Amino acid sequence: MSVHPGPPADASAPPAMLPLVRPADQGLGELLRELGTGLATVVQKDLLVEWRARAQLVALLGFSVVVLLLFSFAVGPDSNVLARHAGGYLWLALLLASTLLLARSLQVEVESGALESLLLAPVRAPAIFYGKAMANTVLLVIVAAVALPVDLALTGAQIQQLPPVLLAIVLGAAGIAAPGTFYAALTARVAGRQLLLPLLLFPLIVPALLASVKATSLSMAGDPMGQLPSWLALLACFDVIYWSLCGLLFEKVVET
Amino acid sequence: MTSRSYTLGLVFTLLGLMVMAVGHYQGLFVAPPEAMMGDVGRIFYVHVSTAINAMVFYLFAFVAAVVSLWGGRRAWDATTTALVEVGFVLNALLLVQGSLWARPTWGVYWTWDPRLTTSAVMAAAYFVVLLLRRLIDQPARRSMATAVATIIAFVDVPIVYFSVKWWNSLHQPMSSGKTIDSPMLVPLAISFAGTFLLGVGITVLRWRTETAHLASEAQAPDLPEVPTPLDFDIQHDRA
Repeated sequence: MSVHPGPPADASAPPAMLPLVRPADQGLGELLRELGTGLATVVQKDLLVEWRARAQLVALLGFSVVVLLLFSFAVGPDSNVLARHAGGYLWLALLLASTLLLARSLQVEVESGALESLLLAPVRAPAIFYGKAMANTVLLVIVAAVALPVDLALTGAQIQQLPPVLLAIVLGAAGIAAPGTFYAALTARVAGRQLLLPLLLFPLIVPALLASVKATSLSMAGDPMGQLPSWLALLACFDVIYWSLCGLLFEKVVET
Repeated sequence: MTSRSYTLGLVFTLLGLMVMAVGHYQGLFVAPPEAMMGDVGRIFYVHVSTAINAMVFYLFAFVAAVVSLWGGRRAWDATTTALVEVGFVLNALLLVQGSLWARPTWGVYWTWDPRLTTSAVMAAAYFVVLLLRRLIDQPARRSMATAVATIIAFVDVPIVYFSVKWWNSLHQPMSSGKTIDSPMLVPLAISFAGTFLLGVGITVLRWRTETAHLASEAQAPDLPEVPTPLDFDIQHDRA
């Protein structure tokens, strides 16, 4: 299928990883097909791993529900206040759950040297990154699918427009998953990674968080000023920036 | 060789301090008081020159990080670190000065104005770059992680810069040559130049110590691996 260059003569270089620059005799269509196959395989693999260890996913769902309960305790039983901030609670619960999910997603790769095997399979680095980021997006959407009804039930908030909420959840989950997957890979071998990952991640996803919360709250409380489309557009812009930037840099992270 | 960089750093530092002294003297005693804020407005000369310089040093750090990541020389790793450190110090000063200025003008030390918020977010992002650097032992990975995190943090800078335009905010519109009268522009330009020279001087000095540190580390024998207290690992599950 692919044109494999074989190990380079220089022993210090990583052995049989595919080069970033496509060999002259490989067509663009072939390259894209190769990337697509790798990506699909990684998504499938990650979701399968998650499914096999589904007790952990259930624990994660439980965690997000508990966080939502805690917010209600912190704010008090005033249902007006709770309903007004329901969007914010949902996203903070998702964000906190995401750091646990993301750290584990890369941990399983690094622990047993699976990442090296994946690279030698060979799967190209961008395919690994986008595959893992997509799988994490799917998992975050699953967490959101459980957390959203719980959030609505606990706070008494109501949804005026459902499609924008769903769109905000998918875009927001993608906005957390790409930088999150990237930084999880960067810190996977670092001591104190459980602290570092949220520290690295939180400053960066502030714009995405802001836009997601705004879009969610507006679709819950109603949008008389018509601001919803611009917040969703901002969220989409953020996604595009971080998905491309992280995809570009991921190769450096895995090969060092 | 190294003594040349020491001299260079020292010259820039002293020059910067002198120019800064001139600029701040002008700003404090020569320039007319601000029409609305009176003497409080004089912090403007410090604040704006700190703000622009923080951006400038972050920009330099970004360039150094790109070169370090794709060029892979140890000298550029040290350069990136030195520039990020200077940028971060300026960023932290910016937040303090902003708070001091906000209290008499707006009545509060801090507001959740988007521009203030993004400046704080920017400080946090670069702080973590420096933290990350301290926590990675392996030189190649550390150099890569520093460069990568610097590049990503830099994406935040334009968001800070344009946040005034993106969101309606309490912060006054950004100052530029068009909005400042010339008796005020001159002390600002001098203060800016002074802060810049001081920053360059400190960067050179810091680059020198960091290069020496990296070189000594490369020569030192490897220590046996000791688990750090921070490393609460998943591996405990496997016991």
